[in-house]
Amino acid sequence: MEEIKLMKGNEAFAEAVIREGVDAYFGYPITPQSEVIEYLMLEEPYKRTGMVVLQAESEIGAIHMVYGAAGAGKKAVTSSSSPGISLKQEGISYMAGSELPCVMLNVVRGGPGLGTIQPSQADYFQTVKGGGHGDYKLIVLAPASVQEMADFVEDGFKMAFKYRTPVMLLSDGLIGQMMEKVQLKPQKARLSNEEIREKYGSWATIGHKPEERTIITSLELKSERQEKHNHKLQAKYREIEKKEVRLEKFNCENADYLLVAYGSSARICQKTIQLGKEKGINIGLIRPITLWPFPSDEINKAADKVKGVLSVELSAGQMVDDVRLAVNGKVPVEHYGRFGGMIHSPDEVLEALEKNFIK
Amino acid sequence: MSENITPEEIIKKGTLVFEKTKLMTDAHLSYCPGCGHGVAHRITMEVLEEMGVGDQAIGIAPVGCSVLAYDFMNIDMQQAAHGRAPAVATGIKRLYPEKYVFTYQGDGDLAAIGTNETIHACNRGENIVIIFVNNGIYGMTGGQMAPTTLEGMVSSTSPYGRDLGMTGHPIKITEMLAMLPGVCYATRHAVHKPGLVRKTKKAIKKAFENQRDKKGTSIIEIVSNCNSGWKMTPVKSNEWLEENMLPVFPLGDIKG
Amino acid sequence: MAKIKGAIVVDTERCKGCNLCVVACPTDVIALNKLVNGKGFNPAFPENHGACIACMSCSLVCPDMCITVYRYKPQKETV
Ligand SMILES: Cc1ncc(C[n+]2csc(CCOP(=O)(O)OP(=O)(O)O)c2C)c(N)n1
Ligand code: SF4
Ligand code: SF4
Ligand code: SF4
Repeated sequence: MEEIKLMKGNEAFAEAVIREGVDAYFGYPITPQSEVIEYLMLEEPYKRTGMVVLQAESEIGAIHMVYGAAGAGKKAVTSSSSPGISLKQEGISYMAGSELPCVMLNVVRGGPGLGTIQPSQADYFQTVKGGGHGDYKLIVLAPASVQEMADFVEDGFKMAFKYRTPVMLLSDGLIGQMMEKVQLKPQKARLSNEEIREKYGSWATIGHKPEERTIITSLELKSERQEKHNHKLQAKYREIEKKEVRLEKFNCENADYLLVAYGSSARICQKTIQLGKEKGINIGLIRPITLWPFPSDEINKAADKVKGVLSVELSAGQMVDDVRLAVNGKVPVEHYGRFGGMIHSPDEVLEALEKNFIK
Repeated sequence: MSENITPEEIIKKGTLVFEKTKLMTDAHLSYCPGCGHGVAHRITMEVLEEMGVGDQAIGIAPVGCSVLAYDFMNIDMQQAAHGRAPAVATGIKRLYPEKYVFTYQGDGDLAAIGTNETIHACNRGENIVIIFVNNGIYGMTGGQMAPTTLEGMVSSTSPYGRDLGMTGHPIKITEMLAMLPGVCYATRHAVHKPGLVRKTKKAIKKAFENQRDKKGTSIIEIVSNCNSGWKMTPVKSNEWLEENMLPVFPLGDIKG
Repeated sequence: MAKIKGAIVVDTERCKGCNLCVVACPTDVIALNKLVNGKGFNPAFPENHGACIACMSCSLVCPDMCITVYRYKPQKETV
């Protein structure tokens, strides 16, 4: 049954995970996302759907539990925050290499090191540019509302299984902790073991006779074969780039200046658009919903009509690299953002835009 | 006349009493001549075959010489990151409680990089079998010191012999794991002599039966050779194992 | 009672000449061949085949699953 509830972003994610018919959640507590596992433990989804919830010994343990479950054709989820996500990189790289599907959530906090527990977007490089070792990509979805924290679970799993690749939801402490109204989808049934055998039995390790047996591995001792495997991965990534780009545009029609921002920073920038209007400055906003694949073409097109582009991030400037590549020198591209757990205000963004392009 | 039967006739008329199990592939093993990994692989698969559960088994081979176990064990296999097999096994077993899930780990894997995953899987009493091959060295990477390397034993990272003051003591992890309530069976064996092979196989069988009966974690340590890493002939390395490894890692049941 | 007799077949190409079966055999049946196999190893062979008692010691310790063992009970033939 569909339901409308007032929930924290982290809780909405957890509830959506249950309703998606996910088979298992493996996690380790860390602020600001511990509500995910706390909510699941309280809800006892093993009674609702048979879903497994387990507090692992570490984030490393958790991601490798996800690896095992995913390798056996199950829908598995993990979540963490920045330092924990750093620990998961080994498993993430193995999953990408072994072509295993899963959905992960990073509720980003300020770093580097232990940093702060306040919101941040400083894990963009880690998430979008690799994070772990080797040539691989994660599909990265950046929710900007509690509603999207819930909705992207389903969207994420669709892509994860379609492409057999891990998907990351890159959120932050703001979206994770804030409360909003959220419309929850009806409960989906978990796949039975027979359904899994039918759908994924050709690759998943679910027990087979020797003639049909399956192997999950990312190892290839022969370089020629490893290169071939890498080509296969790259072909998959090119297809994802073609088909899965998602973005949202605000006020781009007649804008003189363009903001590019995702997640909580995009929410702040929407307010900046209004403040600009009051001052007679026409500002547009592109919000990438997928950080990879990145909406480069749309940003490139939009750059034709503006005098300057400001990448606004809760970091020292990471996505700005991709914005610059997208704009490709057409107009100046600058970065603005507070970081280390500080959050810029809409006024500060407007001021930065004026300082960079107008004054 | 029967006393003079030729070998050819015996092969024709006699009963076949030993052949390679079908749960091992026909691929030639990548291990060094005389390496105990081969026997450990074979008897694990023989047990699954005898129990008739090969098609319900999922094995996990993490990084180590046996990382290619999936080329040889003719069942569904997952290759895991170095040390993480018990976590991977947890992920599988929690979702398929009726399947037979086992890890096959080296000493570096289980007792160094994967200590955390191993201890906690055992502490949760994950209903899995852990086959733990202790050869006192890092075989795959060329013979570096392992957590189980003996005092004074030479390896490429302890070229003057392991110095306990610098690098600690050979870790008796199976004894440590046996202390955990989640572990129902902890036992140490070896495979360098026919009788020992039989005993080890029996232990492995008991471990899988424990899994079937949902008793908790079973760990079978196999003290084995690494003749390449130890720089000895296979026969010599087995003698060395008897004289040096077994006093530190005595054979027998530790629990269960 | 007539003694049990045995015979073995060695998969010469699998064999790595490790010598473990030679040492394990209680009746000194096996030796390593002076000629090498395709991989350059001196493979095991039943030099003294008539002494085999089908105890399986060789096949149990062989890491490479090279040895198949057959057993024969002579009295069966006389029945
Ligand atoms: C994260 C990581 N660190 C290091 C390695 C390199 N490495 C591969 S196998 C191995 C040691 C294996 O030793 P052991 O587990 O005892 O197994 P053996 O090879 O002796 O059978 C090491 C250090 C790796 N693959 N991954
Ligand atoms: S290096 Fe050692 S453990 Fe590895 S296959 Fe060779 S003998 Fe066996
Ligand atoms: S079966 Fe026994 S007697 Fe026959 S060759 Fe093998 S070890 Fe020797
Ligand atoms: S034990 Fe096996 S591999 Fe070694 S020599 Fe005998 S037959 Fe060959």
